[in-house]
Amino acid sequence: MAVSTTGSKILNNVEAVRETLYEAMKNDDRTVILGEDVGARGNVFLITKDFINEFGAQRVIDTPIAEASIVGIAVGMAMEGLRPIAEIQFADFIYPAFNQIVGEAAKTRYRSNGEYTCPLVIRTPYGGGVRGALSHSVSIEALFYHVPGLKIVAPAFPADIKGLLNAAIDDPDPVLFLEHKKTYRLIKGEVPEGHYTIPLGKADVKKAGTQLTVVSYGLYVHWALDAAKQLEAEGLSVEVIDLRSIRPMDRTTILQSVEKTRKLLIIHEDNKFGGIGAEISAMVAEEALFSLDAPIRRLCAPDVPAMGYAEPLEHEYMSSPAKMAEAMREMVKF
Amino acid sequence: MAKTDTKAKALDRRGLTDEQLRQMFRNMLLQRQLDNRGFQLNRQGKVPFALGSEGHEALQAGAAMAFERGKDILAPYYRDLGLALGIGLTPYEIMLSIFARAADHNGGRQFPNHYSSKAAGLMSFSSILAAHIPHAVGAAYAIKYRGEAGRAVLVTCGDGTTSEGEWHESMNFAAVHKLPLVMLVENNEWAISTPLDKQMGQPEIWKRAAGYGMPGKRFNGFDPIETYEAVKEALDRARSGGGPSIIEGHCYRFLAHSTDDNDMTYRTKELVAEARKNDPVPAFEHRLIEAGVMNAADVEALRKDVLRETNEATDKAEAMPYPQASDLYTHLYEGAWQPWQ
Repeated sequence: MAVSTTGSKILNNVEAVRETLYEAMKNDDRTVILGEDVGARGNVFLITKDFINEFGAQRVIDTPIAEASIVGIAVGMAMEGLRPIAEIQFADFIYPAFNQIVGEAAKTRYRSNGEYTCPLVIRTPYGGGVRGALSHSVSIEALFYHVPGLKIVAPAFPADIKGLLNAAIDDPDPVLFLEHKKTYRLIKGEVPEGHYTIPLGKADVKKAGTQLTVVSYGLYVHWALDAAKQLEAEGLSVEVIDLRSIRPMDRTTILQSVEKTRKLLIIHEDNKFGGIGAEISAMVAEEALFSLDAPIRRLCAPDVPAMGYAEPLEHEYMSSPAKMAEAMREMVKF
Repeated sequence: MAKTDTKAKALDRRGLTDEQLRQMFRNMLLQRQLDNRGFQLNRQGKVPFALGSEGHEALQAGAAMAFERGKDILAPYYRDLGLALGIGLTPYEIMLSIFARAADHNGGRQFPNHYSSKAAGLMSFSSILAAHIPHAVGAAYAIKYRGEAGRAVLVTCGDGTTSEGEWHESMNFAAVHKLPLVMLVENNEWAISTPLDKQMGQPEIWKRAAGYGMPGKRFNGFDPIETYEAVKEALDRARSGGGPSIIEGHCYRFLAHSTDDNDMTYRTKELVAEARKNDPVPAFEHRLIEAGVMNAADVEALRKDVLRETNEATDKAEAMPYPQASDLYTHLYEGAWQPWQ
């Protein structure tokens, strides 16, 4: 980890998650981490490497391979005063825990009329572009963003990861924290020292522009920024918004941008049908239809279960900076 | 079917005082009265739904007597009226839940019998079977992690729930960490319409404990004293660092699954009548009288008192207001909430 003189240091996304978890474990002994291979192995991406030596096996819990109860046990811990951080090793493995997340964690406060609460963070790596095949590459956000009682975060930059993970850990309600695997070591950036939070539900304009609003999150924010830079060289001005939070979602930032650029392109790695882009499209149509100079467009994954393992199948599924640049050009020139 | 052989032996009270025996019996009478009241209110069109636990009275009265108030945690399921009463919930609280009034712990949001009381140590739960068992395990983990000796979690379920994956996952995790947990299975032989022999190839659930490396025990759930002893033994072991156990009490579901079920579509009157021959409520009454703990006049007075308390609770709860329509929107998250910000 390089340390700069400005009170910040350069971290990649894995290091940002790791540092934030480490500080949470240091600062609050109610915090426990549980999941598959989080202890002795230190997580399959080495995010919690050596935590077990420093904090002990009581706080860094190598669980049996049983996702429903990883989340369910964390719910019980949260109901009885601990601050668990549960890990699902890959987002693809979260399906067995669906009821514990949707039926239990999200409803604990509501069903008990506020008597019991569930301050729980569920972290999970998601996303493709890593030859992860059908079961190590999915995006899961659309399955959960329909659910009142949950909060969902999917930051893409190290500084955002730290601020939002701190906010998720401090939050009194369950938060699903999504980490894009391909960004883990690919993306580096300055991260402020010490404890800070970024409010859940606030998007961030990563690049200002005037002719088109692009809304994205995760890996595709980075690719959208690459594409927007290409267009800048062509004299075309694109604004790129990183949602960061999916539930709650930042209507204000999206609408302010659309009112300015009058065009909206939504890009996400998850499937198009019923995805996050559908909700954003509907919101903008309801709130700002007459500000638009072009139909809203969504650039998303095709309607197949996930990307195949074979290189051409993954390539076909994933978007790319070039495909994004092409869609942006068409929108600006519309 | 469990058999309660009451006449052959004198009352073996296993350390229970006369007062505790009377408390257990009162709990059993109250369960039956409140159960009946729920069904009556449903047939009168006053409440849309009711669940009964007739047949579970002895098991729950005995288990509740082993529960230590202010220390232990109860993670029950929806057929645990007697456990809720036995650890301190009042008939009025039960009736608030049946009438779905605003003052109910759940604010009228959940079905009846889905109790929740932080004050009583009763964990909130949903209708989704086995989903609460990992919660109990998490609570037991918290107790052990904080080093709170002398505390344990009592988690209950019916026989049907033991087929769920989360039941297995929970037992496995509890065994790995030797958690202060007691899994109390109330085996009433029916999962709505599905009998035991269609639920499992080996019908003695307690025997599964050996597979997890923990103690297991079966007891007669029609006998509150035997139940008390089995639950107390398991809770004491859990409280003193001896780890989890699976104990199975055998009882019977005398009523249909709920007011929305017609059990005559899948079992016969004769079968239920046969089971009722071992009805634990008159059986325990008989034993208490035989042992001189109560006489017939005491029992009659107790019945009247239980009816009075049920009537008062019914009237008082019925007179309470429903939640407001605006209450639909509260307690989703901490603070005000909109999905769009």
